[in-house]
Amino acid sequence: MTTATPAKGRFGIYGGQYVPETLVANLHALERAYESAQHDDAFQFEVERTLRDFVGRATPLYLAEQLSADYGGRVFLKREDLTHTGAHKINNAVGQALLAKRLGKSRIVAETGAGQHGVATAAACARLGLECIVYMGALDCERQRPNVERMKLLGATVVPCEAGRRNLKVAINEAIRDWISNPDSTHYLIGSVVGPHPYPTIVRDFQSVIGREARQQFIEREGKLPDAVIACVGGGSNAMGIFAGFVRDEVELHGVEAGGRGDDHAAPLNSGTPGVLHGAMQYLLQDDDGQILNTHSIAAGLDYPGVGPEHSFLKDAGRATYHVVDDEEALAAFKELSRREGVIPAVESSHALAYAKRLLQQRPGLSVIVNLSGRGDKDLPSLIERGLL
Amino acid sequence: MSIEELEKAFATDRKALMPFLMSGHPTPESFARNLREAAEYADVIEVGVPFSDPLADGPVIQAAAAQALSHRTTLRSTLEVLTARDDGPPVVLMLSVNQVLAYGVAKFAASAKQAKVSGAIVPDLPFEESAQVREAFAHEQIALIPMLAPTTSDERKRAILGKARGFAYLISVAGVTGTRDSYPPETLAYIRSARELSPVPVCVGFGISKPQHIEQLRQSADGFIVGSALIRGIDEARSVADILKPLRRACDTALTGNRS
Ligand SMILES: Cc1ncc(COP(=O)(O)O)c(C=O)c1O
Repeated sequence: MTTATPAKGRFGIYGGQYVPETLVANLHALERAYESAQHDDAFQFEVERTLRDFVGRATPLYLAEQLSADYGGRVFLKREDLTHTGAHKINNAVGQALLAKRLGKSRIVAETGAGQHGVATAAACARLGLECIVYMGALDCERQRPNVERMKLLGATVVPCEAGRRNLKVAINEAIRDWISNPDSTHYLIGSVVGPHPYPTIVRDFQSVIGREARQQFIEREGKLPDAVIACVGGGSNAMGIFAGFVRDEVELHGVEAGGRGDDHAAPLNSGTPGVLHGAMQYLLQDDDGQILNTHSIAAGLDYPGVGPEHSFLKDAGRATYHVVDDEEALAAFKELSRREGVIPAVESSHALAYAKRLLQQRPGLSVIVNLSGRGDKDLPSLIERGLL
Repeated sequence: MSIEELEKAFATDRKALMPFLMSGHPTPESFARNLREAAEYADVIEVGVPFSDPLADGPVIQAAAAQALSHRTTLRSTLEVLTARDDGPPVVLMLSVNQVLAYGVAKFAASAKQAKVSGAIVPDLPFEESAQVREAFAHEQIALIPMLAPTTSDERKRAILGKARGFAYLISVAGVTGTRDSYPPETLAYIRSARELSPVPVCVGFGISKPQHIEQLRQSADGFIVGSALIRGIDEARSVADILKPLRRACDTALTGNRS
């Protein structure tokens, strides 16, 4: 038997298009538009130009010498924190905003957890003259306040969502409901490799610039491939972006989920089971009745009960391994990078860094790339207020 | 109950009225009572199984689901209530695909049959993803009720309706559940075109809340689903009979037009 070709929009059994009928036409239109854009040199040129001149790419691959000495290996940081707006989210936001223009849409809705995707989307929309509405859990509005102010300044409307635990999951619910109510005028600019097909593919492709650059930069510098690549996993877009550059190589891929505090976490690949959330089959935190469980993480961007379908597939295939870092360990790494390297990371990215430390303790001497997905400015007011620094 | 009985429910010379109740809302006891009370006015009863993250629902039904979940309402407990029902119009469940998957598709179909359920509406299971579920349902004589939206192309309508059993659920306007003032003229044209293509009765839902809506659309549709308006009425402590009576009347006079 030949190996079965996965169905369209599937990664093994994961993915698919589990959406209300009202949205199916939009997803089909998006699939077609994306396909034609991929073969359109003018579109590709526009994306590249935007990444260079607006986003500030390529981002550096930085050898963190002191951290390398502390941890006992070679630690390279892929500096997505240095992009315009301060996180990898902008790579996808500018790409999808151009795609929305191509689709003839005038209005953009987005969800945001940490606020980084919201800020990136607001910036991309401001530049292209698109109306921008960002749904954000009310808890996240509090704990990522600087980003709420930035979005407003960039001309976006921020809608706080009060349901449930007032975090990323409810923001996605509301963004999808808005889209269902305005399917003609609106593009849903999703911020991670989640949601129905073709989103996980589109977002991965727009983020894969991280992996392409990192691979080339590492080889130029070291004359070989790294031993391992490490990234935090919320929905999984920064991880898929960097993994994409190395998935065909003999390089270990490590994803890091949020361990939260004790039983209260956001680690579906480690503790979940397959199910359907937000339009796709994926690993999920759910109960026996199929209800989605509440989550907790100190990192708003990781505080989500699901995870991208491609990660679900890579886990089952054994091509990537997924680990858990809790709030406390992440905070320690947050402080360590600030003190030792003069770089303040996002609390999300700090989870990846903490795992790098653990990995090098277990296996000293490895060369690893940590995807430093964002900067930590957004986290300071809330961490200081709560006496966590 | 079976698909045949569901289809029989439409073989009358009046328009079908399909009230929607949320299992466990506002409490499991009142739900069971409302279910009995609604039976008197309904041709088919739609029973929602509360879900934590319903994408196609507006605030009223979301809140009802949250309330029901706080009373620990589950798919299992809902099926138990329905199994205990003696008699009454056919019941169709409305639930999310993840609830069906978590229960087990084949097991769900068997349990639903045992609970005398005639069909299920799974709003987040569009046609392209539905083959396995539809087959398992058909095996137990349960209808997977297809949904159509104003955004559905004619080509898709044909494909979807080609496999339809029971009835087709027409989402009246692009949006989530909730009440609306009136319907734009396109709504009428959309319902007519769907009905022309449909081998099964077509029922309109999303926003039906007053007799005027039924009067406006009754020439084109075979039945009307009343969700948020009923749930809101129950939340305001009105009786189910009080809420449904005028809607029933609008459905009954439908065929004879304006004879009053
Ligand atoms: C800096 C940063 N890193 C990581 C994430 C997590 O998202 P993803 O897993 O899609 O990369 C976020 C999300 O808000 C973020 O802001």
